[in-house]
Amino acid sequence: MEKIFSRPKSLRNISTHYCPGCGHGIAHRLIAGVVDELGIRDKVIAIAPVGCAVLAYDYWDFDCTEAAHGRALAVATAIKRVRPQNIVFTYQGDGDLAAIGTNETIHAANRGENLTVIFINNAVYGMTGGQMAPTTLLGQKTATSPLGRNAQREGYPLKISEVLSQLSGVKYIERTSFYSPQEILKAKRAIKLAFQNQIEGIGFSLVEILSPCPTYWDMSPQKAMEWIANIMIKEFPLGRIK
Amino acid sequence: MAKIIIERDKCKGCLLCVSVCPKGLIIVDKDLNQKGVNPVKFSPLVSRIPSKARQVNDECLGCSLCAIMCPDCCIEVYK
Ligand SMILES: Cc1ncc(C[n+]2csc(CCOP(=O)(O)OP(=O)(O)O)c2C)c(N)n1
Ligand code: SF4
Repeated sequence: MEKIFSRPKSLRNISTHYCPGCGHGIAHRLIAGVVDELGIRDKVIAIAPVGCAVLAYDYWDFDCTEAAHGRALAVATAIKRVRPQNIVFTYQGDGDLAAIGTNETIHAANRGENLTVIFINNAVYGMTGGQMAPTTLLGQKTATSPLGRNAQREGYPLKISEVLSQLSGVKYIERTSFYSPQEILKAKRAIKLAFQNQIEGIGFSLVEILSPCPTYWDMSPQKAMEWIANIMIKEFPLGRIK
Repeated sequence: MAKIIIERDKCKGCLLCVSVCPKGLIIVDKDLNQKGVNPVKFSPLVSRIPSKARQVNDECLGCSLCAIMCPDCCIEVYK
């Protein structure tokens, strides 16, 4: 018998601090697998976010650095401009990329920086206790919207990928999800394309992933996947946006 | 012929693998692991899920769906 599936070399063989069923672990593995497949392990530089994935640099076995909350794309811009031979990517949650970091995100995209962005949309602020994020769905209960998000009071879920797709500097945006193995494989293909775009000099590429946070959605891991498949994708339709 | 190997002490018991195995070959271990959770275990040939008990062939397909789903990279697949 031959081994047909195992841990990517770029993913350290240690247990993560993530909750059971959290999508961050899947995303880390997919990225590590793509880095291995593209043979860029000695060239890649990751910018870890502030959020539950703040310790991503402990899990990936390649060069990583950390940025202040929301500033990953500003740090990535600097690194890529100083070291254009490196492959630079940011890994950011929705609170990081679409709330505190909206400014950095929009301007890096608008400048058309040749960067890869992996955007984990779990519709809450995980690390700080499940507060409402800009991406929280209408009616969704969170620590700061205990009766459910109400459009009159808190506005609408922010579709940042659609907003960014309007910018001329943006070359590729796709929204994917983790609700089934098939969807996970599609997400991996999108991540690979976003890295290939940078290698070929095509420009700003972003992959949004609808990713479960069972803990702050107050669901079992399986129910969280079903919620993505049945509810979340209605607000955030999957597929290539640009 | 195929099989999976589960790293039992890394398993957090999310059971996502259980939900995707088309043959129902992954079950919950009643003994705790080092993390203090009930991990999953591979249970080939005898399907323990009643709705899937009628499967004629309960051998592992080596489809890797469980491993693709596992957020903690605890599953290796051999074929
Ligand atoms: C400048 C600054 N403001 C606020 C915080 C507090 N804070 C830490 S993580 C976080 C939100 C994280 O949410 P998200 O980016 O969606 O990631 P998740 O934890 O859900 O993966 C906030 C507000 C901080 N660390 N730094
Ligand atoms: S709080 Fe949510 S996002 Fe953070 S590790 Fe737990 S499941 Fe993942």
